[in-house]
Amino acid sequence: MNGAGQPIRWSAPPLIANAWLRRSLIAGTVIYVMLALASLDVNWQRLAEGVPRAIRFVSAFFPPDFISRWSDIEAGLLESLTMTLTSTVVGIGLSVPIGVGAARNVAPRWVYFFCRSIIAASRSFQEIIVAIILVALVGFGPLAGFLTLSFATIGFLAKLLAEDIEAIDPSAPEAIRATGASYLQWLNYGIQPQIMPRLIGLSMYRLDINFRESAVIGIVGAGGIGATLNTAIDRYEFDSAAAILLIIIAIVMLSEYSSSWIRRKVQ
Amino acid sequence: MRAVERNESVIWRRRAPKAELVRFAGWFALATLTVFCFQVMTRDTVWSFLLDAHIQAADLGSRMFPPNWGYIDKLWWPLWETLNIATLGTFLAILFGVPVAFLAARNTTPSTTFVRPVAMFFIVASRSINSIIWALVLVSIIGPGALAGIIAIALRSIGFIGKLLYEAIEEIDTAQVEAIRATGASRAQVLVYGIWPQVRPAFAGISVFRWDINIRESTVLGLVGGGGIGLQLQASLNVLAWPQVTLIFLVILLTVVISEWVSAKVRHAYI
Repeated sequence: MNGAGQPIRWSAPPLIANAWLRRSLIAGTVIYVMLALASLDVNWQRLAEGVPRAIRFVSAFFPPDFISRWSDIEAGLLESLTMTLTSTVVGIGLSVPIGVGAARNVAPRWVYFFCRSIIAASRSFQEIIVAIILVALVGFGPLAGFLTLSFATIGFLAKLLAEDIEAIDPSAPEAIRATGASYLQWLNYGIQPQIMPRLIGLSMYRLDINFRESAVIGIVGAGGIGATLNTAIDRYEFDSAAAILLIIIAIVMLSEYSSSWIRRKVQ
Repeated sequence: MRAVERNESVIWRRRAPKAELVRFAGWFALATLTVFCFQVMTRDTVWSFLLDAHIQAADLGSRMFPPNWGYIDKLWWPLWETLNIATLGTFLAILFGVPVAFLAARNTTPSTTFVRPVAMFFIVASRSINSIIWALVLVSIIGPGALAGIIAIALRSIGFIGKLLYEAIEEIDTAQVEAIRATGASRAQVLVYGIWPQVRPAFAGISVFRWDINIRESTVLGLVGGGGIGLQLQASLNVLAWPQVTLIFLVILLTVVISEWVSAKVRHAYI
């Protein structure tokens, strides 16, 4: 307590309670940022050259040029959209058995470990790296993209599905088992109804993610709108690039809103 | 009717015949659409190229292994650069993302009719475009290098941090805010003492989570000239030096696993 009449200064408690840990973290962060900034090699002359280009790029949005490269844009868009749908459907088809196998409460031990390792492999490799390898194997084009996205879907969907199955209410499957149901009947009537709303929600979400990713993997030759964008930027056709970026933003917004609407409906 | 009578015995069905038919039609339509899309997608595919895919795979495998371990000496510097791109990009994103989040949250925005839609547009535009596409654009504007990578990471992360943080701000407990306001605090003081302490754990979690994702993404930014270890990957791919590519893949994998572990640890400590 302070003396009488002395105003008491209050200050908010810090996020990290341990004073030494807090101070050394702050000091470490400051030293790191200084080192990182020092090792950053900025070419100021090149940066100055970039200013007019940046102005050109921004002004390319007013108005963007949809027309002169429309046939390329259309082809890229069609590839992206078809790739998104087919890879999501195939990816879900593969994820469901793997997800069931990766749930501890419904699968035997060895199946569990096998399916978990498939999921771990799919999750640890990014789409771009998988796409590089698959382009080397099956050649340029949307087929490589389709395979990449299908593979990537497994890591996402099967993992979340397995976690869902592990968290279900065990009384319904037990009741089904008590009727003398076979293993498949047990899965179909005891487990599936409980996870179906969440599976639909996750599938919609993945459809959304797959479209975004389909715009990226084109950069390494796996087809789609990303390849068109890459070409447009390589040619310094910023007005076509602006048009493509706007189309991507519009489709992502649309799919995000519709997927969240569907998710609200089923859950 | 949920039960069907057949041969004088009643068989239970989960759904009435009509509902069953509607569901079947839905699944059939989806399957048709998928097959159609697949055909459109692969109309330019030369299937004969695929016949020898397993031979190609075996060939690629034999080229990729063993990894060229000696090449690791040339990877330390790009790895440091990758770490810097992700970390500085995250700092930059926090710097811009936090104000945007406060402008977008319904309960803290100065104006729901003018400021909020603008902030929301920034968040959506930033989120819809992947950082590698931002890098592609930036490299053509400001030239290749780590700076383009940092800005690309920051541009993508602003939307991520902004969205998750503004959702956290909208969910705060208003009683504490009112209590602070009742003491006669100014708007800024309400923000600092009433709102910020409530969203601080969420903020810490979101930032570390995004840093983890950024490490993952910054490893491939070099493919389009954004600096970091991806630059080495691109160089090795261009000369088909597969043993080097394998080593880079392994280094990337290890980096991603470590950053995921760090982020999980930090998030567990706070949330």
